Amino acid sequence: MPLASYQTSVPVVVDDAKCIADKGCTVCVDVCPLDVLRISDMTNKAYMAYDECWYCMPCEADCPTGAVTVNIPYLLR
Amino acid sequence: MALDQIVDGLSEVSCDVLVIGGGTAGPMAALKAKLKNPKANVVLLEKANVKRSGAISMGMDGLNNAVIPGYATPEQYTKEITIANDGIVDQKAVYKYAQNCYKIIEELDSFGIRFLKNENGDYAVKKVHHIGTYVLPMPNGETVKKALYRQLRRARILISNRYMATRLVKSGDGRIAGAISVNTRTAEMLVIKAKAVILCMGAAGRLGLPTSGYMFGTYENAANSGDGYAMAYHAGAALANLECFQINPLIKDYNGPACAYVAGPFGAYTANNEGSRFIECDYWSGQMMLEFYNELLSGKGPVFLQLKHLHPDTISEIESTLHKVERPTRGLFQQGRGVDYRSESIEMHISEIGFCSGHSASGVFVDDNARTTVPGLYAAGDMASVPHNYMLGAFTNGSVAGIDAMEFADSHDFAEFDAADVAMERDRVMAPTKREDGIPPNQIEYKTRRLVNDYLQPPKVTRKYELGMRRLAEAREDMQERMIARNAHELLRALEVQSIMDCADMAAHASLYREESRWGLYHWRTDFPEKDNENWFCHTLLSKQDGKMTSEKRAVEPYVVPIADDEKDLYDKQRIRASA
Repeated sequence: MPLASYQTSVPVVVDDAKCIADKGCTVCVDVCPLDVLRISDMTNKAYMAYDECWYCMPCEADCPTGAVTVNIPYLLR
Repeated sequence: MALDQIVDGLSEVSCDVLVIGGGTAGPMAALKAKLKNPKANVVLLEKANVKRSGAISMGMDGLNNAVIPGYATPEQYTKEITIANDGIVDQKAVYKYAQNCYKIIEELDSFGIRFLKNENGDYAVKKVHHIGTYVLPMPNGETVKKALYRQLRRARILISNRYMATRLVKSGDGRIAGAISVNTRTAEMLVIKAKAVILCMGAAGRLGLPTSGYMFGTYENAANSGDGYAMAYHAGAALANLECFQINPLIKDYNGPACAYVAGPFGAYTANNEGSRFIECDYWSGQMMLEFYNELLSGKGPVFLQLKHLHPDTISEIESTLHKVERPTRGLFQQGRGVDYRSESIEMHISEIGFCSGHSASGVFVDDNARTTVPGLYAAGDMASVPHNYMLGAFTNGSVAGIDAMEFADSHDFAEFDAADVAMERDRVMAPTKREDGIPPNQIEYKTRRLVNDYLQPPKVTRKYELGMRRLAEAREDMQERMIARNAHELLRALEVQSIMDCADMAAHASLYREESRWGLYHWRTDFPEKDNENWFCHTLLSKQDGKMTSEKRAVEPYVVPIADDEKDLYDKQRIRASA
């Protein structure tokens, strides 16, 4: 059975200008309890790769440059 | 190599005591085990990262069950918890908790975690329960995980993050021999031989589907997918009273606590759409939840947490706690909807079902030493059967488990397990990665949890349960034969679905076994609407026997603290009577 991708607007947003993942920082990826953040191969910045968020906040709270913002997932906003 | 790319590998390590789960109970268990024997190797295995894992990822706003000299006694607390659980309690473990928890509070205080004190320097304990006074606010509750982590580093606990344990291994004579785990980012497998294993893997919080439809918008940390319950089951351990579901009153849609324990002591209360109170006491019990459920359906719903009548300064104080600790996005959520607590009440709803002894009584059976029915295997925290134990119970019983497990490890050598068991588990774990085509884990999970909502959530109807079990069996077949995982992250979710499916089966089986109604909404069976003390004043134990799910009765241990006849129904009288 072929698979289709499913569009979803993700709750965690990263400000590329502030994100220092390209300098080796992986704090948000490291702390996420659901392991949904990754560093992009294309931009070398952090982004939400999987929409499986508990809107719990460690990524935002622990980011050393304030680049990460957690929004409430749209379905329950 | 890129994260999530599948590596087919297997290695083996060994340690004296293996603690699985680095949330609340786990770090304390690891710490106490290591302090008991500093020469021993203690490994703390965690599916996420110990720094921010578990139910208290962002800290906790207070202790819900602090037994502090001068405010409450262990006897009083034991009595309260016994009554709130309709009497089905082995008091020895509850009493032991009540005796030990003050020591743990002082220890947490020494770690730098502060608790609210009054002007005399005494703990400022608040009343929420029916009888006693046990609620202690934590003004810097956001620091809990950091403080614990410092202790773990200082004690040189070996931490392995991003490893998900999948099965336990045992020796031929039934003793624990270790655990099998898989790296959640590479899918490499790791076998950990251990003399004793402590399971601290949290609630089964991804069992029901939240009404928002967002699969990860659960009440519990969504990482808590019931893996510990499933592992204990497959290892042959007994699980107690699984039919006593967890269902909690929560902020509607947000699906986190409001929280009556924080706001209640300041004068907030639960009200219906007429602004009237309808329950006597905001402490979460099955009977309280039944009244909540009835009110929602009565035409007097929605149900609200009312605090707009309070002084603005008081509201600000409540707000600063709710929006800073435990679930800090509560503030963001209310802001997005334009809800100001000063002018508007908080709309509440009931949560999806789950297993959790932290709030109810559904857990892996343990005695007062945190021992399960498998020699060398321990459990603590939300997944162990000590009822209503909350965060402080996880710390206290985790401590008990750590000490006892190290004593066990000190007096036993490694048990030998069969290499064929590892090979079989490797095949099971990796199966979804070997298929070219099939159904992704998220679809199987959604369907399973939707079936849980449709057929298993109370009121429990026998005919619905029978249909539900047939539908779940069909979903299980899809899961076993057709599920695919294209990378290590999808494999993590695929393994979690298997835990969720096992928990759904256990929830159905345990609920059908107990042919009475008990614990209010948690086990309301319409075909057996009455409480039947003559036949069912007992625990139920579910276990795997000869490969089959089996339930049996277990007598309630004689009480340590006697309960007078006129005290037994204190928690039954939850509904406020209409005044003339």
